[in-house]
Amino acid sequence: MSGLLVSALGVTLAGKRIVSEIALTAAPGQLTGLIGPNGAGKSTLMRALLGLGPIGDGTVTFHGENLLSMPSRQRARTAAFVEQSGQTDARLTAREVVTLGRIPFQSLWQSMPSPEDLAQVDAALDAVDMQAFAARLYHTLSGGEQQRIQIARALAQQPRLLVLDEPTSHLDVHAQLAMLALLQRRARKTGATVLIALHDLNLAASFCDSLVLLHQGRLVTQGTPAEVLTPALLRDIYSVSATLLLHPTSGRPLIAYDLPESPSQ
Amino acid sequence: MKPEHAATAQRQPLFGLAFAGLAVLLLFSIVVTVTMGPADIAPMEVWQTIAHHLGLVPESPVSRLRDAIIWELRLPRVLAAAAVGAGLALCGAVMQALTRNPLADPYLLGLSSGASLGAVSFLLLGASLLMPLGAFLGAGAAMALTLAVTQLLGGATPTRAILAGISISALASAATSFLIFWSATGDSYREILSWLMGSLSGTIWSEAALVLVALAVIGPPILLSGRALDAFAFGETSAASLGVNVPRLRWILLGSTALLTGVLVSIGGAIGFVGLIIPHVVRLMTGSRHRLLLPVAMLLGACFMIWTDTAARSLFAPRELPVGIITALIGAPIFLAVLLRYRRIT
Repeated sequence: MSGLLVSALGVTLAGKRIVSEIALTAAPGQLTGLIGPNGAGKSTLMRALLGLGPIGDGTVTFHGENLLSMPSRQRARTAAFVEQSGQTDARLTAREVVTLGRIPFQSLWQSMPSPEDLAQVDAALDAVDMQAFAARLYHTLSGGEQQRIQIARALAQQPRLLVLDEPTSHLDVHAQLAMLALLQRRARKTGATVLIALHDLNLAASFCDSLVLLHQGRLVTQGTPAEVLTPALLRDIYSVSATLLLHPTSGRPLIAYDLPESPSQ
Repeated sequence: MKPEHAATAQRQPLFGLAFAGLAVLLLFSIVVTVTMGPADIAPMEVWQTIAHHLGLVPESPVSRLRDAIIWELRLPRVLAAAAVGAGLALCGAVMQALTRNPLADPYLLGLSSGASLGAVSFLLLGASLLMPLGAFLGAGAAMALTLAVTQLLGGATPTRAILAGISISALASAATSFLIFWSATGDSYREILSWLMGSLSGTIWSEAALVLVALAVIGPPILLSGRALDAFAFGETSAASLGVNVPRLRWILLGSTALLTGVLVSIGGAIGFVGLIIPHVVRLMTGSRHRLLLPVAMLLGACFMIWTDTAARSLFAPRELPVGIITALIGAPIFLAVLLRYRRIT
């Protein structure tokens, strides 16, 4: 089986079942979106399938290899994770932050980055178009620039699986579209598998090839945006009523939310 | 580009310069501070004495008395000061990175007070040879308690960790004071009090050797973990996603810092703020990459401690000022500056 295959994944935290019986697939070269209301368990699921944070039960394979039993360094060379917002007080330049992505490739005794490390860091900076910002201190960058540097750091890990937890949440519209276009291009070009949690359903519908809908720690359904984003599911899961339109050029689903009645004038 | 940005681009050569400069400064400081004091000693005599004792020259032109002053009194103390300063700076830098807390330091998180309590307990039990062990146990217990209380307060923020550290520190200090009140008398009372405030007075070779060996054994593994510490810049999840075995590394490093702090405190007492301020100063030079930060911080810490200890024994000679008072005088304002700089996260 190629790509990411998750089955019967569950996480118990302090005696409480946070997510359970999750089964999903994410295909290479595609963007798979993880959606669901707040508290659906998206972040917990993403961490669990990468073997980070609380240990999950169930199986997670990637291109046939067991991701959870993989040695942590090898896993870090296979899968990269981008958190919602990367904040730090460390005095690191943007380039130094991207170079952190080379840690899983560097030996204990190596004192300086290898030529291969430097080449990968440059390629990653180019991929997110941040070469001009490389010498800037990371904490002086804007939220969107920091997020692009985080993605470059993840790309420097040369991952075949890229997992991103709501990477667009602090970005303006232009930066959101640019980031998703970048991830889409990257997936298509390198055949990487991208799993991305998104809050904005229209953004998810526009860019993702497949959507996974979570609710209260359980899988509701997985399918194409048109299959998942139905008025009935939006009402049941998100408690909103909406009309589904078609995007005039892409033909993808477009959600028009019905507005709550405004008080009469 | 803002000047700050231009400066960071040139960090690599700056590191080499800082490292070489500090290494020279350290050697220079050792030789010069050994000459300082009531007996008027020339730098040449220091070299001759060292060469003679290392067996490099058979005969030394230095008189026996002056030889004894250099070799038995001053050199062990200066070397112990260097090792204590290097060790404190190393512990501080590691704790700051590992807990993502810019205010972390062995003194502020209660380790030093815990180590003092452990050391005094063993001393008063008559096991003075086991003092470093007692100090290690005390430091480890204090660290565990501080981390536990921080968790109880609702998770690790710098302020909570400091508050937890202060409470544990106060408790350990009170217990120490009570133990001393209960059992010590006259001169020993005064001596212990001076040591508690942080003092390297009367350091002998065996003590200097203990800190130097501790630093030589515990230091290298910590220095090698520098890159893994970098991975903590964005937190533990991020470090784990970069392939760092977070629980294992944390245990190894917290254990090592507790052990090192124990040894340092058993020799020099609770010398505050060195572990806090030195890493911050060095970060301005080298940035936060720990492969550079840690060795440079050790060198600067060593130089800083040599000179503050020399000031401690010279300023009011023949009376000795506990060096902890000087480091606190310099360190507390810098602590405030760090507090102000990081006010949005604390």
